[in-house]
Amino acid sequence: MKRFATAATILVFLVPSASTMAASPKPATQAAPSGYDSPVITDAWARATVPGQPVGAGYMKITSHTTVVLEAAVSDVAKEVQVHNMHMHEGVMQMRKHGQLELPAGKTVELAPGGMHLMLLGLKKPLKVGEEVSMTLTFTDKQGTKTSTVVILPVRPIGQ
Amino acid sequence: MQKLCHQVGIAILALFLAGCTKTEQPAQHFSTVDITNSPWGKGFRLTDHHGAERRLEDFKGKAVVVFFGYTNCPDMCPMTMHKLAMAMEGLGQEAQQVQVIFVTLDPKRDTPSILRQYVPAFHPTFLGMYADEHTTDATAKEFKVFYKHQTPDTSGFYTVDHMGPSYVFDPQGRLRLFISHEHPVDAIVQDLRTLLKG
Repeated sequence: MKRFATAATILVFLVPSASTMAASPKPATQAAPSGYDSPVITDAWARATVPGQPVGAGYMKITSHTTVVLEAAVSDVAKEVQVHNMHMHEGVMQMRKHGQLELPAGKTVELAPGGMHLMLLGLKKPLKVGEEVSMTLTFTDKQGTKTSTVVILPVRPIGQ
Repeated sequence: MQKLCHQVGIAILALFLAGCTKTEQPAQHFSTVDITNSPWGKGFRLTDHHGAERRLEDFKGKAVVVFFGYTNCPDMCPMTMHKLAMAMEGLGQEAQQVQVIFVTLDPKRDTPSILRQYVPAFHPTFLGMYADEHTTDATAKEFKVFYKHQTPDTSGFYTVDHMGPSYVFDPQGRLRLFISHEHPVDAIVQDLRTLLKG
């Protein structure tokens, strides 16, 4: 009986969870070869840049089932990708390197304009509207197990 | 003699009426911040992205919009430049009477070659301007624009803390308006039209 109750509990837990997943926006991620469920990434996009602009910015929502940190991000379009945080302080725009981005289990972390973003340093060419930026994100859990995810960021117009 | 007195009388009356017309002119109302009569922001002396030395006086007859930024800014600077470009589109023919200037706060990295690509990409009439570090500092101080270069990281990259306003001079070269990043395109278009009407 106890075993049945446990099984039922798991079932109850899993069913709404599965329906929630089905209703959520289509993840922007592709493959996820790992030892644990890779974080779910949605609403990924990058802002278009103009010629001569050495940097770009990528945005997305990341939800991890397990507590992980974003250890590294790489993209073919830039020499380096860093997590930056931006905020206005008494009318002065300040941008700082954020360091490791922690993703607490079950909490959606949003990288959005005016706040945290993935900074594309040393752009190799301008990002044009309609094109896509491919980015590989590597996460590490508390046990040190790594998982890598490829995210596709459609390029949106500068005004967004 | 009587005729002369009559003419002088008409001239005096005309001057009086002109004076009345001027004082009766309704005050200009702006959606952005009216900073008319500020004792600072008197002008600038910078080099444009074609290599020519430019002063505010060179643009007399046009409304001049000056924005301070740097090209390694991923968010606010391109957004502001884009907004100013949208304002130019909104002005239609009147855009010919407006000059937008991007002044770099990072002349070390924003070389003339970078500015020549970056600035006109937003709008073909926009001008990028730069100076040596000392003059950049003095110009920012003249416009009360706070900025501070941060320490470079291991890859040599650094950010620049800065204020993001745009300033607008009227066609007579007087500093008139302060545009913050929160002011929408429509407000900028409307205020520029008001300034151009005089």
